[in-house]
Amino acid sequence: MATAVMTTLDPKSRSAARGMSDLTIRNLFIIPTIVFLIVFNIFPLLYSLGYSFTDFRASSAAPANFVGLQNYRELLNDLFIWSNFAITAKYVIVSVVGQVLVGFGVALLLNRDIPLKGLLTTLLLLPMMLSMAVVGLFWKLLYDPSFGIINYTLGLGSFEWLSNPDMALYAVAITDIWMWSPFVMLLSLAGLSAVPKHLYEAAAIDRAGSFYTFFRITLPLVAPILMIAIIFRTMEAFKTFDLAYILTSQPTTEVISIRLYKMAFQEWQTGRSCALAYIVLIMILAITNIYVKYLNKVKER
Amino acid sequence: MRKTVTSMLAGIGLVLACGTSVYAQDKELTIFWAEWDPANYLQELVNLYEAESGVKITVETTPWPDFQTKAFTEFNAKGSAYDMVVGDSQWIGAASEAGHYVDLTDFFNEHNLKEVMAPATVKYYAEYPSNSGKYWSIPAEGDAVGWSYRKDWFEDPKEMEAFKAKYGYDLGVPKDWKQLRDIAEFFHRPDEKRYGVAIYTDNSYDALVMGVENAIFSFGGELGDYATYKVDGIINSEQNVKALEAYKELYSFTPPGWAKAFFIEDNQAITENLAAMSMNYFAFFPALINEASNPNAKVTGFFANPPGPNGDQFAALGGQGISVISYSQNQEEAMKFLEWFIKDETQKKWAELGGYTASAKVLESPEFQNATPYNKAFYETMFKVKDFWATPEYAELLIQMNQRVYPYITGGQGTAKEVLDALAADWNATFKKYNRVK
Repeated sequence: MATAVMTTLDPKSRSAARGMSDLTIRNLFIIPTIVFLIVFNIFPLLYSLGYSFTDFRASSAAPANFVGLQNYRELLNDLFIWSNFAITAKYVIVSVVGQVLVGFGVALLLNRDIPLKGLLTTLLLLPMMLSMAVVGLFWKLLYDPSFGIINYTLGLGSFEWLSNPDMALYAVAITDIWMWSPFVMLLSLAGLSAVPKHLYEAAAIDRAGSFYTFFRITLPLVAPILMIAIIFRTMEAFKTFDLAYILTSQPTTEVISIRLYKMAFQEWQTGRSCALAYIVLIMILAITNIYVKYLNKVKER
Repeated sequence: MRKTVTSMLAGIGLVLACGTSVYAQDKELTIFWAEWDPANYLQELVNLYEAESGVKITVETTPWPDFQTKAFTEFNAKGSAYDMVVGDSQWIGAASEAGHYVDLTDFFNEHNLKEVMAPATVKYYAEYPSNSGKYWSIPAEGDAVGWSYRKDWFEDPKEMEAFKAKYGYDLGVPKDWKQLRDIAEFFHRPDEKRYGVAIYTDNSYDALVMGVENAIFSFGGELGDYATYKVDGIINSEQNVKALEAYKELYSFTPPGWAKAFFIEDNQAITENLAAMSMNYFAFFPALINEASNPNAKVTGFFANPPGPNGDQFAALGGQGISVISYSQNQEEAMKFLEWFIKDETQKKWAELGGYTASAKVLESPEFQNATPYNKAFYETMFKVKDFWATPEYAELLIQMNQRVYPYITGGQGTAKEVLDALAADWNATFKKYNRVK
């Protein structure tokens, strides 16, 4: 009898047999998540928005005074902050472009019948499985001008990567490219494997060149998934903190996250740092929106 | 009857058990400090207190870069996780004005600590505002910047001869900043992977600023007037311009990749045969006389920060005072511990364990001065130290100084005069923002 009940197609009677309706089960799963989100994400978000309009300092006993848009006005008129944004933009461009070129390039190479393809793919994924802090410390040693293997291999003598204000940002970006190109590679591989083979066969029959095949078949079909990788990596690069913080302390590598950290937890300018966090959030949302619109256009094609 | 007796005994047992647990709770204290050797020495010291008083004290530590953030996060949350903190000297203004520290003025006066402790440690670790007679900490770990050097390099007859021929005077412990510069230049030989000097350059907290302070104070300069908050003509004075130029010149004699160096790197400069001389806090010198951590221990010498061109001799103050946290549930017990801590015999024991006592009597004793190769230099230094601003907004002032000075020192951007003028403007704006000046 019980078996008969359990195998019936009527969901209501199935759940009734268990003593809980589907709605109850659904709520049991969803409500705790929603509560968690509200308590740990939405409430602090709104709370910090309130603080961004005050002169509150967490280190001070003084109460928070409402200052309107003063924090935002001061931040947007602060040349140091704009310099931090410029550094961040430069870093995002170098890092993301590098990751896309390397990641997509490696994916193209792996998208062939080569021996040990599985093992190679797994090994190439290792960098992104490491902790950022460990990678930072590891590359700090690699870049060392006295005993670093990079200078030794490239024959650069005592070339200074991290102490040179003009090179430091590129050094951090190279580390980021090394770490996250596998992520782009992985998504690109997924996209490449989804390209129908008959398109290539048709192109071969039409005697299309490899250049034409790549730009007319491969790239357009992989573009949507590549755009997703670019969105993710842009957001991450914009928020970069740990790598830059561990590798070097050059003013030329002080990305906006580091400035925000110093403002919030070293200077204890809580209200001002909340305002800066919101400016950063708005910028990331704007950039992501532009990307998503472009992604939709690519999909429509 | 038996049941009644049993019940009574059980009840008494329960009361005693509860009493014991409450008693144990009251008899536990936590001291928060940074993760370094002196904190281990302090744990050894407080274990003696536990043996004497039955009060268990734990010295909880966190790495130096997180120390300030973690401490103030706890203070701001009015948390009672720590009963006492061995806080950095610059914190005193921020922590006292915000009400995080218990006012120890009465305790200080009652035990005449102004006379008991070295004057500089009282001024910078304990008193806020400056010259106010209000005290918030007990000087605990005295520290200042000193220098280590390679005696074997300095005493090599060939080197001595070559040095005398080039500079016209004998090679030895530098008698002033000019000699420090000459010696750094003389030993700077990148082709031999040998370099002149190791200095502080890390700008993530106060390392670079402390390093620059050594030059500024010894060149007769100041950071500003701590009583009136005047900085114009002081931070950008002629002496300070020369001091900053001198520090930048020393940077040109450092090993390659020396743009993020603090105490670990500066000790490594000696242990790894990189540099002839190295700047560091005295608290990090025990590692240099230990053959397990320094293969050159036998040939490592020490000296105090040398005088500047006009004979001024000062050093940047490190070290910390111990304060009672306002939110502690065990303030009374913490005060009892402090009473034990300031005793002469405790301070003597503290020094024996490796801690840097601030007790004037212990510092002056031949026993202390002869205990290590650098204790004499430490003693001399502790009576001529100066410190950074201790105002609540010190962190902003520190970051501004880092932002201005670092690109000049390590990247050669701008001139010393331009840098210090810009810094004066930054500091003026900060003091105006916090209504320190009109």
